[in-house]
Amino acid sequence: MKLITAIIRPERLAEVKSALFRVGVTGLSVSGVRGHGGEPEIVEHVRGQRIVVEFTEKVELRMAVSEPFVEPAVAAILTAARTGAVGDGKIFIQSLERVIRIRTGEENEAALTPLTAEEVQARALQEAPDKGTANLGKAP
Amino acid sequence: MNETGISAGDTAWLLTSAALVFLMTPGLAFFYGGLVSRRHVLNTLMMTIGALCVAALVWALIGYSLAFAPGGALIGGLAWAGFQGVGGEPQADYAATVPHLAFAAFQGMFAVIAPALTAGAVVGRMDFRAYLLFVALWCVGVYAPVAHWVWGLGGWIRESGALDFAGGTVVHIAAGAAALVAAALVGARADVKRSPLRPHNVPFVLLGAGLLWFGWLGFNAGSALTAGGLASLALVTTHLSAAAAVLVWLAIETARAGKATAVGAATAAVVGLVGITPAAGFVSPAAAMAIGGITAAVGYAAIQWRTRLNLDDTLDVFACHGVGGMCGSLLTGVFARQSLNEAGANGLLAGNPKLVLTQLIAVVATLAYTLAATFVLLKLVGLILPLRLPLAQELEGIDRHAHGETAYHEATGDDLFDPAV
Repeated sequence: MKLITAIIRPERLAEVKSALFRVGVTGLSVSGVRGHGGEPEIVEHVRGQRIVVEFTEKVELRMAVSEPFVEPAVAAILTAARTGAVGDGKIFIQSLERVIRIRTGEENEAALTPLTAEEVQARALQEAPDKGTANLGKAP
Repeated sequence: MNETGISAGDTAWLLTSAALVFLMTPGLAFFYGGLVSRRHVLNTLMMTIGALCVAALVWALIGYSLAFAPGGALIGGLAWAGFQGVGGEPQADYAATVPHLAFAAFQGMFAVIAPALTAGAVVGRMDFRAYLLFVALWCVGVYAPVAHWVWGLGGWIRESGALDFAGGTVVHIAAGAAALVAAALVGARADVKRSPLRPHNVPFVLLGAGLLWFGWLGFNAGSALTAGGLASLALVTTHLSAAAAVLVWLAIETARAGKATAVGAATAAVVGLVGITPAAGFVSPAAAMAIGGITAAVGYAAIQWRTRLNLDDTLDVFACHGVGGMCGSLLTGVFARQSLNEAGANGLLAGNPKLVLTQLIAVVATLAYTLAATFVLLKLVGLILPLRLPLAQELEGIDRHAHGETAYHEATGDDLFDPAV
């Protein structure tokens, strides 16, 4: 079991979510974060004064997945989140000791797959079967 | 018209205009509120709303009388204190066709917005009680005398022949000069160099500017005091000046930084409205466009100059209202034409360069008196109450300390990234 944390561009969120759903990763949390990753600074102007925006808006995704889903999830994020420019973000993968589903008390592998995962995946594939998943397995 | 000489149309228009001018102060609150940090937005709104209430009472108690009651060249008398004797009969010296009380109420709305404008110079760091005390003293010590000079019967600027249709000197130069003094005496924001002002809510700024523009149509067209051709002229010149100012400002911004900004548009609208205020009923619609455009360019330059100084007039009240008011007053001397308004005068372009000099004297006198008097009044307030908040409260945000509230409750963590203002 792994916890995958991905920092991505806000404008890629919809694509990344669809790509994750298509590979069957349907449980995730999203939060807005700001950070700095060496990208060129953003400059705004207020009444003629330059204002350097120090931290860039990003979206952080977190998902706990069982082993067989780790590589497909990583590949989906890489494909959907990449633009090639500085500031595309990062993926962090950590081992998980224990997972518990609060509703049932189920633990670990049993707690990781949402009940509706297959439905959600089927719908995602029906909407756009090829996008993103075509590159699965050949991520750089 | 009935036997008292009251015109229902004029009265209806003046009361409506009073309501329009009232709305400018809440509009100003949003204009300022959007420009500041999210941690000070409630305090900024409250300074404006607080000034509104204090000035409304002070005006009724004594301000109106000192400004308009019969008196000398420098100050009015006390005959109309507490609106005593100010009733339903017209006061023919000022407005022969409306109840005296309607005229006093309309003027009262001007007395409210002038001190409220000064809040922009000291947002995010001034003690709230000290600010309200300052507003009360300023209404009596600065606004009322200057209003008397310019509009009061026997006032020396009025007698000099200087033109100020709706308060370019009284409201805008006075408020701008007071803001300059307040910024100097209260001092700069603690971290003014480290973190430039970044507006926390630009839509508020545009909302506020929209309400100001709307209210300003009453501010200027209401100043005709009648519902006829003069009010129509003032409304049209006001509207055109603001529109021209926005376009000129955006053109300058685009030439300098490549982008036309929303805050720039809102600021320019206000600057254009300030510029036309003294001229509104004295110039042609075409001249109004020129006044708006010129005032915008001058106002833009004034802001760039101010930000290079250590003087932290945070929301550029002096650059927008002080400089805008001076520019508009002088341009009134250039563009005024008596053929448009019998009560007006001919300016430079109509062959009377002397009017520019007359206007200049009014401008310099208002500026000099306001600077000196505001300095004394603020020093006086400083003896009674601390002008400045403790540093920790300023950095943490005044809203929580002064008002026990915060504006936004969503746990976004956005405030962590908001530069302290």
